Parts: sequence; structure tokens; C-alpha cells
Amino acid sequence: MPAETAPPMAAPLLDVRDLCVSFPSRGRMIPIVEHVSFTLGERDILGLVGESGSGKSVTAMALMGLIDSPGVQITGSALFRGQELVGLPQKQLRRLRGREIAMIFQDPMTAFTPVYTIGWQIDEQIRAHERLSRKQARARTVELLAEMGVPDPARTADRYPHQLSGGLRQRAMIAMALSCNPSLLIADEPTTALDVTVQAQILELIRSLRSTYGSSVLLITHDMGVVAETCDTTLVLYSGRVAETGPTDALFAHPGHPYTAALLASIPPLDGPRPHRLPAIAGAPPPPLERPAGCAFAPRCAYVHDTCLPAPPPPLVPTGYHPLTAQPDEASAHTSAAGTSPPPVQFAACVLPAEGTPLPARLTHSELSTKPNFDTPDQALPPPTSFSSGEAHQ
Amino acid sequence: MMMALLRRLGQTVFVLFGISALVFLVFFATPGADPTARIAGRNASPQTMEKVRQEYGFDRPLPVQYATMMKKLFITQDLASYVDRGELVVPEIARAAPVTVSLVCGAALIWVVLSIAMGTIAAAMKGTWVDRGLMMLGLIGISMPVFWLGQVANLITQSRYHDTWLFSWVPGLGYVPLTENPWGWFKALVIPWIVLAVMFIGIYSRVLRADLVALSGEDFMRTARAKGLSPTRILLRHGLRTSMVTFVSLFGLDFAQLVGGGALLTEVVFGLPGVGRLTYQALTNLDLPLIMATVMYSAVFVVLANAVVDILYLFLDPRVRDAR
Repeated sequence: MPAETAPPMAAPLLDVRDLCVSFPSRGRMIPIVEHVSFTLGERDILGLVGESGSGKSVTAMALMGLIDSPGVQITGSALFRGQELVGLPQKQLRRLRGREIAMIFQDPMTAFTPVYTIGWQIDEQIRAHERLSRKQARARTVELLAEMGVPDPARTADRYPHQLSGGLRQRAMIAMALSCNPSLLIADEPTTALDVTVQAQILELIRSLRSTYGSSVLLITHDMGVVAETCDTTLVLYSGRVAETGPTDALFAHPGHPYTAALLASIPPLDGPRPHRLPAIAGAPPPPLERPAGCAFAPRCAYVHDTCLPAPPPPLVPTGYHPLTAQPDEASAHTSAAGTSPPPVQFAACVLPAEGTPLPARLTHSELSTKPNFDTPDQALPPPTSFSSGEAHQ
Repeated sequence: MMMALLRRLGQTVFVLFGISALVFLVFFATPGADPTARIAGRNASPQTMEKVRQEYGFDRPLPVQYATMMKKLFITQDLASYVDRGELVVPEIARAAPVTVSLVCGAALIWVVLSIAMGTIAAAMKGTWVDRGLMMLGLIGISMPVFWLGQVANLITQSRYHDTWLFSWVPGLGYVPLTENPWGWFKALVIPWIVLAVMFIGIYSRVLRADLVALSGEDFMRTARAKGLSPTRILLRHGLRTSMVTFVSLFGLDFAQLVGGGALLTEVVFGLPGVGRLTYQALTNLDLPLIMATVMYSAVFVVLANAVVDILYLFLDPRVRDAR
């Protein structure tokens, strides 16, 4: 991506550049993921947000080399600790999978083989990567389950997946993913199939992984609330393209892309008067083959104007907002020493910032409820009403 | 677990009772037909008729008749065939059963091993010519009628090429008891085994392949791949092991109906004096006691085999274990 500068750190854990995934269908290649780029540093949690079909899971599966449909085309680059993942032979990928990059899945019920005990399946992964006896592997399994907050881990290890509750199953899944101490954990909608209280516990667990295990997490979700609670950095995907990326606080406070703004506006407010109707985004995302030449969000965007329509799609440009706490220059000065996240700069694939008319900061809930932001289609920009009220809520 | 087994056994007994009552009613209580005349055979003398009527209690109420029949079948075991001049029916079946069991067990072994191998290889090499070739072979196997295949096998091994080095070992048609001569038993049965197994190999390998291919899209198979396991391990330990649940239920039914007399055509073609052939004879002679006995025998096997399959299920599928 033109606007994105070289990563300031020596080598991020995962550096994805221009990742494209296309599936063949009826003689044509359907681009599911187009030019997705992001970096993930050590101990970072990156949220990959988007609605169904936006290419979140396909991106993750492509990184793991798990897409094996005939004729699929994966281009671009994904450097994991300097090793290219795209096009890596299956044999070498297999050595990475489970050991260096582990994955947890959406539905823990179907993600375990039904005919084996939880413990057996965790042992299996440990023994696939390390030379351990059955006993040693089981000891590690029980230890892991205990660390994941599973009560009575030794007995739970001997139970079958269907005998456990959803939350316990997901904990066991995370235990299995962590069993070989992976440096990257890809969590594909880990909380979607769980009820809200369990969801909070699982998110807490995932958040704690970076301190206890030093893992980086790529969290895939469609839930903005989950992102706000968990992620350092957020990447919003829309129709297979990156719509916006930036530090979570900044992105929530000052969404630079109308899509992000609309997504955030559609979350029911917790305080203030109850809105008559939540703002919704009219229409549906375009099917991959009918994706507009220009901005993919243009047909549904309240700010659409002539510059949005022609090809190529707008590139990622800095939105111009910086969180007040860390100015980019300052941050880059001490990240190299501290080894934390890259400088917090927010990018949006939208023409508005480049045209000098960026989106306003988010309205507070009370203002949102009285004055919906997206019901004025032809107006280019409402004036920035409440510039300072950019607190990341939830 | 113990409770589940006992309950299953109770059900088995109940089902057997139902079947026996049903068969009894069909053959002995059909309105408008006198079972006495049928049991006594064509042109029986009045004395014989009277004797039969006495013996089976046909002049008494139906429940008594049923009880008499069951007693003769299971307790005194002196049910005799009048058509066949007083031949005792139960020992006849006891003689025929080992033949059928030998035939079916050998065939089952062949078809289970080969169909698992073929189905798994085809699923592993999905879309290649190996897959297509194996599935084509399976289809050919299914399409060949067993009696035709048996006759062709006989034609080749018994007459046309019998004198060549390849088939000179093939003994004449018939059965050699295992206890008498194990090697002879094997030689007499190996061709019937293969002939009987061919169709089942076709069916089972195709079913297994389809099952494995469907399973490969399951979440847990994706998990297994994400764990970094080898493709072989994923296919065998996760895919095949899970497919076994379907496979076993299919196998139980087929095996039971074959042991119960379903291998009739193979037995007739190869001159094996098994239960299938016995049933066939009983039906052509309208030998009611023998029909009654063979049907009961076959019902016992089907029901027992189902019970065994259900018990196997308990071991194969932990989800069933808890559902009970």
C-alpha cells in the first residue's frame, strides 16, 4: 500500500503485504481478499473486524495455509518472523501450524473430533510437535487446562467434547492452541458461539495470554464491542479490502472511514435516552464479482461523491488524527527500545481525509440518538459538531 | 453402561417375541387355509392329518397353538417336517448354520478390509484417476449380480481353466467342515467368499469414500489440520475413526441378513448346504415347520446383530453412551 510506511521495528512477528486470495468459479477468478496488508508485533492483539463475507476468515486461513480448494490463488506476502508463509510447502507449514501459529475456532462444539476425549486431542497436538511420552504430554495438558481456568482439569481431560459446556470447550480449545507455546494465536470469532458472560471470561483469558504466554493474537470478529475490549490495533475489512486500520482507541474515537463510523454508530448506546431507531447501513455488501471499481463502500456511503467512484479503489491514507497521549514521532522514538507497538497512526481507505474534509469525531450517544449522522445522503460533510468527545466507549 | 446393556437385551427379547408371533400368525392362522393340510403335505392320509392336528393342537385356541409351536421349536426341539418324512427341523438348521456362518464371516472379512482400503485411498486421492478408477471398480462390483458372478467363477475355475496351474487347486462344489479339514474348508470357501464380497466391497467403499469426503469439510478436520498433524493421521485417526460409526451400522445390518439366510444365491450357486439353501428348499416344498424355523432363526440373527451393533456403538461413539 502506497501510504503505509515501512515498519519502524526491526521485524514484526507477522508482516502481511498485499495479500490477495481468489477462488475460481465458473472459469473466473473471484477475488475474496484484495491487497490486505497489516503488521502484528510481538505481544500485540490485532482485531480483524468485518461483516460476514468480508474476508476475515479467509485471510486467517490463508495465513495458516489451510485453504486447499483446487485452483485457489494466493498472492502477496506474509512474513512470519521473516519466513514467507505464502507458497510455503505444506510440509514446512505443518511444522509451523500448532507449534508457532495456532488457531482457535468459532464453534468449539464442532471444532473437536467428537469421538476422542479433550485430553487425548490436546496430547495429540503436543506429541505431534514435541518428543514427549504420553504421560508427560498428559501432565502438560492437565496443567494447561488448569491455567485456562478449567475446574478439575484432570477429570475434564478425560471427558468428551459433548460433555462440556461451550465455555469449557472454548477454554479447552485455547489450551490446545497454546499447548506448544505458539508465538501467534489466530482466534477466529472465538466468542461468537458463547453467551455473553462466558464471552467476557474468554476475552479476559485471551487478553491475559500476552503476559502469561507472550503470545500475539490475531482476533477475528464481527463484534465491535469485542474489539474495543480486547485489541490494541484494529483493522476494518469491508468486502475483501481494508477499510480502515489504526490503534483501537483512535479508531473508535475518530473513525476515518464512513464504514467504520457507521458500524460504531449502529451499536446501541448504554447511556442517554433510548434512541428511537439505531442508525443502520442501508443495503448489503456487494458480491465479490460486482465489487465497484472505486470504493467498495460507495453504494452504501452517506458521503459518496464523484471522486469515490472511478477505479482504482482509494488507497489507505493517514486520517490525520492522532491520539492525544502519544504523538507518532514521540512513539516511534521509544518503541524501538521498548519493543512495544508501532507508532499509532491511523489509516483509512477513503478519499475524505485526502480531500481535507475528514469525518468528524464520533458523536456522543445522546447526540447520536437525537441527530443521526447518516440520514443525509447528498450532503458531503456535516460540520464537526463535537470534536472533543472522542472517548472510546465500552 | 451395565443398565444400558440390560435394557438393550430386554428389548431384544421383546422384539423376538413379536417376530415369532407375527410369523406364526402369517403361516398358521391365515383365515381360509387349514395349516393341518399344509403341514401334512399333499395327498396326506386322514390318519396323518389327525396326527398332525393332535401334535400341533390345531383343534385348540390360537395362543395354545402358538405355545405348542414355540415349545416344539425351542424347548423339545422335536419340530418335524412331514414333507421331508419326519426330518427334525432344528438339527437340520443346526447343521446348516455353520456353513452359512463360515461363508458370511469370510466374505465379511474380505469386504471390510478391502472396502476400507479402497474407500480411504479414494478419499485421500480425491479427484485423481486413482479415485475415479477405484470408484468405477466399485460400481462394476455393485452392478454384477452375485449369481451370475458365481456362475462365471464356477465356469472358469471348475471347467474351462480348471486344468491350468492357476485353478487346479479348486475343489469341487460343496462344503468341507472346518473341524474336519481346515485347509479343505478354506479352499472350498475362498471363491464363494470373494464372489459374495464383491458387491459389498463396491457399496462399502463408495459409502466410505463419500463419508470421508463429507467429513473433510467438517470443523474438526480443519482443527486437526491447524494442529499441524500429518495428512495420513488426519485421515485415519480423525476422519476414518469418525466414519466408522456409519460403517458399523451399515455392516451390522448386512451381516445379519446374510447370516440369516440372505446369502441364498451364493449358497445355491456354489452348492453350499447353508441356511439360505434350506429356506429356499422349504419355500419350494411349502414345508411349513421348516419355514417357521428358518424365519425364526433369521430373525434371531438380525435382532441379535442389531443388538451387537448398538453395543458396538456405545464403544464407538461417546455421544451415544451418554444419551442412554
